[in-house]
Amino acid sequence: MLGRRTLLLLLPLGLGLLAVIGWPLVQTVWLSFTDAQLGDATGNFVGLANYAHALRSHGFRHALQVTLTFSLSTVIIEMILGLLIGLLLDLPLRGRNILRGLLLIPWALPTVINAMAWRVIYNPDFGALNALLTQTGIIGAYRSWLGEPGVALTAIAAADIWKTFPFVALITLAGLQNVPRELKEAALIDGANAWGRFRAVILPAIITPLTIAAVLRIIDTIKVFDIIWIMTRGGPANATKSLSIMVYEQAFSFGNAGYGAAIALLSVAISVVLIGGYMRVSRAQPATA
Amino acid sequence: MSRTAWLACTCLVGLAVAGAQHARANTVLHGLFMAQAGYSEADVRKMTDAYTKLHPDVTVDLEFVPYESLHDKIVLSKGSSHGYDVVLFDVIWPAEFAKKHILMDVTSRVSPAINDGLEPGSWTTVTYQDKRYGLPWLVDSKFLFYNKAIMAKAGITEVPTTWPDVIKDAKIIKDKGILQYPLVWSWSQAEAMICDYTVLMSAYNGSFLTADGAPAFQTGGGLDALNFMVATMKDGTTNPHSTEYLEEDVRRVFSAGQAAFALNWSYMWSLAQYNAKESKVTGQVGVEVSPGVPGRSKISSVNGAMGLGIPTSSTNADAAWDYITYLTSQPVEDAYTADAIPSWKASFQDPKLMDGDEGPMARAMEQAEGQLFPRPFVPNYQQFSAALQQNIQQALLGKVTPKAALQAAADSINGD
Repeated sequence: MLGRRTLLLLLPLGLGLLAVIGWPLVQTVWLSFTDAQLGDATGNFVGLANYAHALRSHGFRHALQVTLTFSLSTVIIEMILGLLIGLLLDLPLRGRNILRGLLLIPWALPTVINAMAWRVIYNPDFGALNALLTQTGIIGAYRSWLGEPGVALTAIAAADIWKTFPFVALITLAGLQNVPRELKEAALIDGANAWGRFRAVILPAIITPLTIAAVLRIIDTIKVFDIIWIMTRGGPANATKSLSIMVYEQAFSFGNAGYGAAIALLSVAISVVLIGGYMRVSRAQPATA
Repeated sequence: MSRTAWLACTCLVGLAVAGAQHARANTVLHGLFMAQAGYSEADVRKMTDAYTKLHPDVTVDLEFVPYESLHDKIVLSKGSSHGYDVVLFDVIWPAEFAKKHILMDVTSRVSPAINDGLEPGSWTTVTYQDKRYGLPWLVDSKFLFYNKAIMAKAGITEVPTTWPDVIKDAKIIKDKGILQYPLVWSWSQAEAMICDYTVLMSAYNGSFLTADGAPAFQTGGGLDALNFMVATMKDGTTNPHSTEYLEEDVRRVFSAGQAAFALNWSYMWSLAQYNAKESKVTGQVGVEVSPGVPGRSKISSVNGAMGLGIPTSSTNADAAWDYITYLTSQPVEDAYTADAIPSWKASFQDPKLMDGDEGPMARAMEQAEGQLFPRPFVPNYQQFSAALQQNIQQALLGKVTPKAALQAAADSINGD
């Protein structure tokens, strides 16, 4: 039970959170039930019409598909890559500390800088990727990586993975510091192979931080906006238009504040479902390990 | 009156005078401009410095954003208590801004001298339902730029005067192996693509809307324009990377000598023709008004002008208007012709402009100015344009036919 003094001390924080998170959230929920236009606070109550319109709309379903594709592909690859690199950097390698420091660079870069750098790398006329792939004979001619619908989302996902897998690697490394050396040695003496040691000793120790990393990444990728906005603005032909881009377009470019709020809340609901599903799976994981 | 009373009175008067001076000295204008084509950021800062030297009581805070952010910044500033006093706006927004009361109606502020002095066509930029929402600035269209050296190498002696001739010449250049892709456009999913499409629609004598405001681009000249665009993608005369390009990409490709023909705004002229730091084709560039299509039109164009207006939330409307009239004045515009051709009738009579370095550009502009083809003046232009952008790209990327793409855009605009 929290004492009265504790509650009193928590009160300012609670009030602050209510003011900066609670009230805007309530307003957004209310807005989503209206046909309010941007700059015109008074909208008519339209019930669930905005939600129904979104769920029926091809544009929303397409943006949802783009968002889920981006989210699942980047999170899965980042988790695997981050885990492998984290394990690698836990080995007693020469220059390990330098490598650990270098690993921080992509993660420390602002997303805007990362997106602009990758735009240059992908440039169809002088980009480094085209130069590398043509000079090594992998492709015959320079191509447009961000101008082709089938490729653009993959190209953006690659840029995002490059920036964010170090985060998972660092979380893995931090988790690995908690694995008792005696436990690893005991497993080795018992004759456990590398996979066995990983499954029985290491994974249970790092599963909790990895779950946290995955949840954070799912939240981040479901609301992805900046990297797409800078690299393609949702094009070509809407191939990279995520839910957040759709929310921005509807609410701010088209001025449909009510409809934009409904799509924003639907994307929050999708995040909650994905995170809930992941938490269930990951909670079951240690028991089976 | 006692000495103390005198002293108190003197102090009060002194404070009042100082307060008044302080208030005048504190007139701060917040301006929102575009960091892209036309007058550069450095130009606007120079113009503003000159203005504040003439008006030491005024300070102007300038903010520059990419064109793609300009609309949303203006709309979002409406609810702000410390918003902008002067904003640069595109020709396609006055209808929306008037409907949403974002810009002030400045009709009564426009003097007869300004009214009569500016090119008549330029007023369409800032006018909606007979009311004026600012002063025109950066009157512009898209023009056909060509590389004389590449044309000479291909044995082409005459500048093409129709779009079919442009394609014919592009094929000659391609077939002779001089360039893989002789044509370059800004066909990214952005307003830039709509401007190129508008030029071609005007060439094919199409229209965006019927007389009663329904979409009309899916038939006639509008459909012919998209058929033309798709055909040039298929026959390999258009650089396929055009679907990723904005105007600056077009300028870079053309200035690198990688295109024989390019459609772009007037700002490209001096950068490509005279600026050796920016261009490998200096001295080889030609520019003409965009051509027409035989039997349909003689020339083609798009009204790409912009205007300077005062948001309704401004508390410094008088000072803002004074600043706007300075920036749009003929002497100021005449001093920056390398970046934008002036909007004043008298400027086109000036031999310094017409026979100088900017002469070819000014002559092309003079031809276009009388018949700048407008994009639709509709309050929901952003949705209108977005629907067209998305569907035109589908056709350019070969996902659907031009007819199906434009029909889908029309259905989307109709709310189907």
